[in-house]
Amino acid sequence: MRNLLAGLAITLVGLTGNAFAADYPERPIMLMVSYGAGGATDFQARIVTMTAGNEDALGMPIAIINKPGAGGRVGWNWFAKDADSDGYTLGAYNIPHFIAQSIKGGVQYNKDSFEPIANWGADPAVFIVGKDSPFNSMADVVAYAKANPGKLTYSGAGLFVGHHIAALQIEKAADVKMQYIPTKGGGAAAMKSVIAGDVLGGINNLSDAYRAREAGNVKILGVADLNRNEEFLPDVPTMMEQGLDVDNSSVNFRGIMVPKGTPPEIIDKLATTVPEMFKNKRVAGKMNAGGSPMHIMTREQVQKLWKEREETLNDLLQGL
Amino acid sequence: MEFLYYFGEVFTPVSMLLLVGGTVGGLILGATPGLSPTMAVALLIPFTFHLKPVHGLILLGAAYTSTVAGGAVSAILLKIPGAPANIATTLDGHEMAKRGQGAKALQLAFLSSLVGGVFGVLLLIFLTPLLAQWALAFGPSHLFWLAILGVTVIGSLDSGSVVKGLLSGCIGMWLATIGYDDMQGVQRFIFHDALGGGVNIIAALIGLFAIPQVLTMFAKGRHDDSIEAIKVQTHPIGEAIREVFKRSKALIIGTLSGSFIGLIPGVGGQIAGLVAYDQTKKFSSEKEKFGTGHSEGVIAAEAANNAMVGPSLVPLLTLSIPGSPTAAVLLGGLLIHGIFPGSDLFDNHPDVAWPFINSMLIGQILMCAFGIYVASFAAKIAQVPQSIMAAAVLGLAVFGSFSVQQSMGDVYVMMALGTMMYFLERYGFSAAPLVLGLILGPIAESNYIQGSLIAGATDGQFAYFFGGALNLLLIGVVVLSIGYSVFVEMRSRRALA
Repeated sequence: MRNLLAGLAITLVGLTGNAFAADYPERPIMLMVSYGAGGATDFQARIVTMTAGNEDALGMPIAIINKPGAGGRVGWNWFAKDADSDGYTLGAYNIPHFIAQSIKGGVQYNKDSFEPIANWGADPAVFIVGKDSPFNSMADVVAYAKANPGKLTYSGAGLFVGHHIAALQIEKAADVKMQYIPTKGGGAAAMKSVIAGDVLGGINNLSDAYRAREAGNVKILGVADLNRNEEFLPDVPTMMEQGLDVDNSSVNFRGIMVPKGTPPEIIDKLATTVPEMFKNKRVAGKMNAGGSPMHIMTREQVQKLWKEREETLNDLLQGL
Repeated sequence: MEFLYYFGEVFTPVSMLLLVGGTVGGLILGATPGLSPTMAVALLIPFTFHLKPVHGLILLGAAYTSTVAGGAVSAILLKIPGAPANIATTLDGHEMAKRGQGAKALQLAFLSSLVGGVFGVLLLIFLTPLLAQWALAFGPSHLFWLAILGVTVIGSLDSGSVVKGLLSGCIGMWLATIGYDDMQGVQRFIFHDALGGGVNIIAALIGLFAIPQVLTMFAKGRHDDSIEAIKVQTHPIGEAIREVFKRSKALIIGTLSGSFIGLIPGVGGQIAGLVAYDQTKKFSSEKEKFGTGHSEGVIAAEAANNAMVGPSLVPLLTLSIPGSPTAAVLLGGLLIHGIFPGSDLFDNHPDVAWPFINSMLIGQILMCAFGIYVASFAAKIAQVPQSIMAAAVLGLAVFGSFSVQQSMGDVYVMMALGTMMYFLERYGFSAAPLVLGLILGPIAESNYIQGSLIAGATDGQFAYFFGGALNLLLIGVVVLSIGYSVFVEMRSRRALA
């Protein structure tokens, strides 16, 4: 009976909506992650939301719900179509993944289906080779690819994800043809194929590559970002520094969003509180310990980022 | 022998409390349909935020070992394998439970889990550098042949005839093609929203194994209470220990094949139990008894799936590459405390690495002791009237498939596949080869595509797939396995004629 009453109360709140926005949030909030439990996105989402229950943050805990499948498409389809837009259902986004997918088609969302709240992290793609590889710079890689068109094999996690975008950009910038090998099972499988020597090189996440280098298994030849990563890889030059015109389009930005139609008062409240929540010292400590680069951005900055990304990806993926 | 030095950390009060809690909790989670070891470990990660790294890992290690073993409980008593690792356990285990020997089956399962598990962890302790090389040796072409080897197992697994076994496997492989294809960037056979992410393996397992029995029980009507006539036999533990050692061949084959297959990244954990079961059957002098409630079947399957736990962590701990979904979750648990697996782990954090590994050793013993304690009264489940049982299993099946990823779509898939299996079973097809097809299909396909892309860019398809000692060895085993199945089929036909 009590459950029934609670249910009724929630329905009433839902119906009357905005009047209650001032008290938001008054119950725990759910955050949908469209990748499996234990993956990088899931793991980081759990860290950055762990202080949500603090009084200076939202005052209510955030619970993670995983809806993995089809490279994130299952979760984002659900989020665009079925998620309640009452502020109690948040979603984690990955750029460029979901925008690239919406450009390729076959999904029920695009950039305008969601409202960004704040960005918490940015994990650039890097080019790696095995520790005994003869390649020591991107110039070596490009020279080999020029001499042996289509014969340089390199791995990355799947198609139309950050790794694939970086691969397309590098081939375009160097005007070479190489053989991209997509792997199933994310960055870990792509990393394994580089370490085991199944392929000559690979694109991987900066955080994972940093760990693999610490373990003495790979060399990192270049970062596909606008600037070097001073925190983890100050010695690795960017692609631009090595004469390849590759920008930060492949950087994997992660953050929080809500479905379109969420009341503006709630969006405002989240947009002011959530970036502050990300700045918590304990959060930063845990993220840094895990080798996950943080990059906090506000709602306005993310809106601009989404728009720019859609334009570049449109050009890049045209005719593929 | 460095690891002995760190046993002290395992026996502190906090560690022991977490170890016991993780083990008991893990057994319960593992016994719940739909809660796979991967999910159980993922659920525990947030708790480790507030613990010291070494304590967090002890909790996760204990939970991992005991959820794998806990899956045997629902596999044996309800015929619902908790995870792919427990599929082989259902084949003979549930037949034993139906005869009232549930207590015996559970005791055998936990004892062989203990033996297999301890062996696996000892391999991890002593042979890690060697094993890491073995794990890396498997490239796309080798994984492709390994998957094909798995397919040849299908023919002889739990089916009246080889042809029907292979056909079931084909259905499974077809089901596996549904969904979004990462390798080519296309959508295949998605005719309903629920199929967007493909057929979820856990939901499929629950449907294929549980629903046919539920339907059969309902079909018998509520007045058939024949099950109550079954006398649940109590089984002294001493006798179970003697039985395990009498069947030492099954125990050894299960343990060895489980630990070596479990090592191979991406493939091992899923098929170790089934391959071990099949090998034990082929080498057994009582082949015909398999599938009818033969204790060797339970022993081999459970020894194998726990033997896999230790070696499956080798690629993670040495190379920082998670070789299984559960290892990927454990990686998250390590990173959160600033510990990078790889050489760093053993060089700079031996005080975390070794207690973690040691706790898995102690965890095996706790798991076995607690499991056997539960076995005696859990087995009484066979006395529950069928009408109540059918409703309970149905409820668990819905709960289990929903909880995998909080999706009603998975419940529809579970019900649809289960209903299909009910009719297929009437015509002599069976669920185990179908599930094996579902698991192996994507492995064979993605590795074939990767291999052929690499081959196309380098020395050509033939040289890539047929060159090298490891390829030839695997192809040789495939030929032998097919030859053996044909031989057995021919002989049984002659015997009938």
